[in-house]
Amino acid sequence: MDFFVVSLLNGLSYGLLLFMVSAGLTLVFGMMGVLNFAHSSFYMLGAYFGYSVGRLTGFWPALIVAPLGIAFLGALIERYLLRPVHRHGHAHELLVTFGLVFIIDELVKLLYGNYPLKNPMPVELSFSAFRLFGLDYPFYRVFIALVAIVMFGAILALSRFTRVGLIVRAAVRRPHMVEALGHNVPMVFLGVFAGGAALAGLAGVVAGVFYPTGPSMAQELGVIVFVVVVVGGLGSLEGAFVASLLIGIFSSFAVGVNWTLADAFALVGVAGADLWGGAFTVKLSTVAGAIPFVLMFLVLLLRPAGLLGERQ
Amino acid sequence: MILEVRDLHAGYGRSRILHGVSFAIDKGEIVSLVGRNGSGRSTTMKAIVGLVRPDSGSVRLDGAEQAGRNAYEIVRDGIAYVPEERRVFDNLSVHENLVLGCQSPRHGIAAWTIDRMYAYFPRLLERRGMKAGSLSGGEQQMLTICRSLLGNPRVILIDEPTEGLAPHIVARVVEVVQDIRKNGVAVILVEQKLTIALRISDRVNVVGHGQIVWSGTPAALREDADIRRRWLEVA
Ligand SMILES: Nc1ncnc2c1ncn2[C@@H]1O[C@H](COP(=O)(O)OP(=O)(O)OP(=O)(O)O)[C@@H](O)[C@H]1O
Ligand SMILES: [Mg+2]
Repeated sequence: MDFFVVSLLNGLSYGLLLFMVSAGLTLVFGMMGVLNFAHSSFYMLGAYFGYSVGRLTGFWPALIVAPLGIAFLGALIERYLLRPVHRHGHAHELLVTFGLVFIIDELVKLLYGNYPLKNPMPVELSFSAFRLFGLDYPFYRVFIALVAIVMFGAILALSRFTRVGLIVRAAVRRPHMVEALGHNVPMVFLGVFAGGAALAGLAGVVAGVFYPTGPSMAQELGVIVFVVVVVGGLGSLEGAFVASLLIGIFSSFAVGVNWTLADAFALVGVAGADLWGGAFTVKLSTVAGAIPFVLMFLVLLLRPAGLLGERQ
Repeated sequence: MILEVRDLHAGYGRSRILHGVSFAIDKGEIVSLVGRNGSGRSTTMKAIVGLVRPDSGSVRLDGAEQAGRNAYEIVRDGIAYVPEERRVFDNLSVHENLVLGCQSPRHGIAAWTIDRMYAYFPRLLERRGMKAGSLSGGEQQMLTICRSLLGNPRVILIDEPTEGLAPHIVARVVEVVQDIRKNGVAVILVEQKLTIALRISDRVNVVGHGQIVWSGTPAALREDADIRRRWLEVA
């Protein structure tokens, strides 16, 4: 029981963090038709910006300033790197974002060193939220979840109740048609790109003081975030939300489960399967990293457009 | 003339499609572009509205040059575009589709409003909360026309509005096109059904290989079997 509750809470908090990063990625995909490989680099940069700004001002101002800085950087990248290659087609856009990943990785190593930083959590957030089955549950995990939920509410409200939100929802579907109705789609796209970068940056600031801030942050999250976007349905914000939570929770449970295939066999009455060795004795926890991919495989098999995707 | 197209060249990537298209239209006129599949009618429309950037040539709206501007600027200045295959936003409601079309009216022309559209098409009002993707083909066509009209255009380009619709719906679409003209808007129409194009147009332009190869009144085209055989009829 205690394992179940703790895993569920951890999974929710991690899933919500995933969502903060994937929200922008899925919207940008819908409008541009291209997955931005550099998106999780914004997440990493958020952590580093947060660290640097935080040393000057403390954590709270950094929580605002660093994402704004990332938004500005995102806007520059869209305007001066992506837009000029847009008319040459998707392959070029992909290559640009792919190249950016390496440039950002190397820059970070150059400026901050090729090792994780000491980026401590603010003391006012480093306490136990409650005691659960004799264990202290860190408040910071709750904080991560709260930030993500506030953010989800904000973008949902923006997208449902404002004209810009309506334009974005339409442009994710048919960008040219939206432009043909007199809307400045390139400008809206710039805004979405910068906004998505800011959200990833915000996730980076928040996560950076909890998980280590290091030069491999982008890589570690990058693949998972793609999986989230594919599972949720390319371009679907709600889909990304559901997929993030699913993947967060599944991964978190798997890490703590030491079941093996042999146990599963024992459950249905076939005892002694562990003596067969090999795949039968591999613990689920050791393959936890594969869970998101298994999930993606299943979803693509059953619903190729993703859970909530509507694209053909 | 409210819209003058002169010597328009355009294409996609390396394939050049338009090789000097020229024609003009005045307020309250219906001018058709007819021609075989692939002759460049849709491309002409996309080049006028800026969705395909013209390589050279000129598109003048009430004297002001549009060629080379962004599509959204051209549309805001008064050229509306209704694409072929009725591109509704199927993930949005009927009402949201209409809201997306709204642009502030320009003075001198009676403004189109969403309420006026609902009064004109009670079907759309009945379905205002439904996803546009769930409408029938005819309803989707009405929706795309209304959506573009809400931009309060001076010129509207309508690409194959009767494609794939049942005969009684086709008749309704034709009525709508004529009503738009009565409101003083210039209509440029691509219509595959020649009888319809000839019946409602003031002038007809025959498009062939990316150029206007013939231009005149419907009556003159009815007389000219030679032109029809050469540029329109499918062998
Ligand atoms: N997006 C595109 N990319 C590349 N080529 C295109 C594109 N759209 C059209 N073409 C080509 O341009 C030519 C003219 O196409 P256009 O759509 O203007 O024809 P059309 O007269 O409207 O006929 P129809 O609607 O029956 O296809 C065709 O050869 C077509 O293959
Ligand atoms: Mg066409």
